[in-house]
Amino acid sequence: MKLNHESIEINAGLMIVLIMLAISIGGLVEVVPLYYIEDTVEKVDGVRPYTPLEQRGRDIFIREGCYTCHSQMIRPFRDEDMRYGHYSLAAESQYDHPFQWGSKRTGPDLARVGGKYSNAWHVKHLNNPRSVVPESIMPNYPWLLETELDYSDIAARMRALKAVGVPYSETDDEYQANVEKFGKEVAGMLDINNAERNLIVQAEAGNYDKDPGSVTEMDALIAYLQVLGTMVDFSKYDEGYFAEFR
Amino acid sequence: MADQSQHKAVQTTGHAWDGDLQEFNNPLPRWWLWTFYATVVFAIVYWIIYPAWPVGKNFTKGLATTTFVNSDGREVTMHWNTRAEFIRDMQSGEEALKQKAYLEKVAGASYEEILDDPDMMAFTQSLAKVLFADNCAACHGLGGTPAEVGNFPNLRDDAWLWGGSIARIEQTIRKGRLGYMPSFGKVLSNEEIEALAHYVLSLPGGHDVDKGLVARGNKLYHSEQAGCYYCHTNSGEGLYSQGAADHTDQVWTVADVNAADSAAEKVERVKSVIRNGIQRRMPAWEDRLGDEEIKLLTVYVHGLGGGQ
Repeated sequence: MKLNHESIEINAGLMIVLIMLAISIGGLVEVVPLYYIEDTVEKVDGVRPYTPLEQRGRDIFIREGCYTCHSQMIRPFRDEDMRYGHYSLAAESQYDHPFQWGSKRTGPDLARVGGKYSNAWHVKHLNNPRSVVPESIMPNYPWLLETELDYSDIAARMRALKAVGVPYSETDDEYQANVEKFGKEVAGMLDINNAERNLIVQAEAGNYDKDPGSVTEMDALIAYLQVLGTMVDFSKYDEGYFAEFR
Repeated sequence: MADQSQHKAVQTTGHAWDGDLQEFNNPLPRWWLWTFYATVVFAIVYWIIYPAWPVGKNFTKGLATTTFVNSDGREVTMHWNTRAEFIRDMQSGEEALKQKAYLEKVAGASYEEILDDPDMMAFTQSLAKVLFADNCAACHGLGGTPAEVGNFPNLRDDAWLWGGSIARIEQTIRKGRLGYMPSFGKVLSNEEIEALAHYVLSLPGGHDVDKGLVARGNKLYHSEQAGCYYCHTNSGEGLYSQGAADHTDQVWTVADVNAADSAAEKVERVKSVIRNGIQRRMPAWEDRLGDEEIKLLTVYVHGLGGGQ
């Protein structure tokens, strides 16, 4: 069969195959090399996987659909830098599965919201945004404060993330590798065997929702929000350093 | 078909469906084809100028370059990329330079000089307003007045918990504050808390209070048992160092007394504060905002409520 205009146009099967080939080139060329180009993920200190409590908070962030209005991606533009802070690095979302970069900003970007507001503010704001920001159009999330956090399956959740490459540890060797990479304190938090205890300890120590007795979904979500964008100490790096990776 | 003859010259695909249904085999229009070739040429030029093709573990960097100054003051020229372009734009973009000229002037000036210079004040007002909206308004409200009394101090009034001088305001923004009043619910009886509430309400005057309870509250206020005067001082004006509220003015920062519709409700609101205590935190901003930005915000906040 000759591969000319006529034969393609009258042969639907061939045409489908060729169309799929043509439209996949763009995606393949843009996406695939990122997996083996050395500089895709910047070499930077401080980025660690989420603790069990933060990870559950992240799950709630996704469950409530926060990403539909909030991006987590500060682009390297002057106006974004002035409003939100340093532009996001690929390294900062290397343990995110799936990443929360988002593509829609109805609300502000949250990539560096960690530490920006107090826990008490977050509680009030999530419960009823208009009690602190009268012009806000964000919905109320009152159930976060009332719902006990279900952490019975936290180990399974961490195992699932481990399967896609997040360095949570289960064996002693993996734990030792984490101690080497992240230090003892962080490595302890990444140990799947202690996940449930670590989660409760962090929730009680942080007491994010000012209700010491119970671990609520509010505790988890605020723990997650308060760590966003805080892991890298940008004062340690020269301005031009991150440009070397692009 | 009458008009079929007009298309005689056009080639068909040769297939016939349902007897006489045929399909034209039209070549692409010339203009379309040439536009397409032009985009191909554009792409090739683009590949040469800008970062483009992956090669092994690296990629072609392109011929275009960007020059900026790194932290050591050394001029760096590297292949064109959005991050280098961003740094260049921050350092020497048209808008950035305009702003930088003012920022440097403000950075080099003392607070007195800024307050006395209408030009610098105009710049401060316009930039600090944006900074305030981005960073402070979530708690303190867009205009400096929070959505409700109780959680975050109002910056519009002339009552200052931590002090309203330029130096105190800058310290507050830089280091943050932790406002703490212990809860007295377990330390004092309900009657004692009631007496204290009456006394506190009596200080600014104008509220319905019980004279007997005021006298008892006065004693408690200045006693070791309740110890209110440690932070709120003997006169009730409060210590800036503790972020303690001034009880002698009509400004209420935690209990929303002015919004209460009855005397009993006013007492109840004050009692609730004494019973439960307060914990309010303002985050530290020195790691998040630059020195010039903090300076601008200090001047701005100082001006909001009439600083000291």
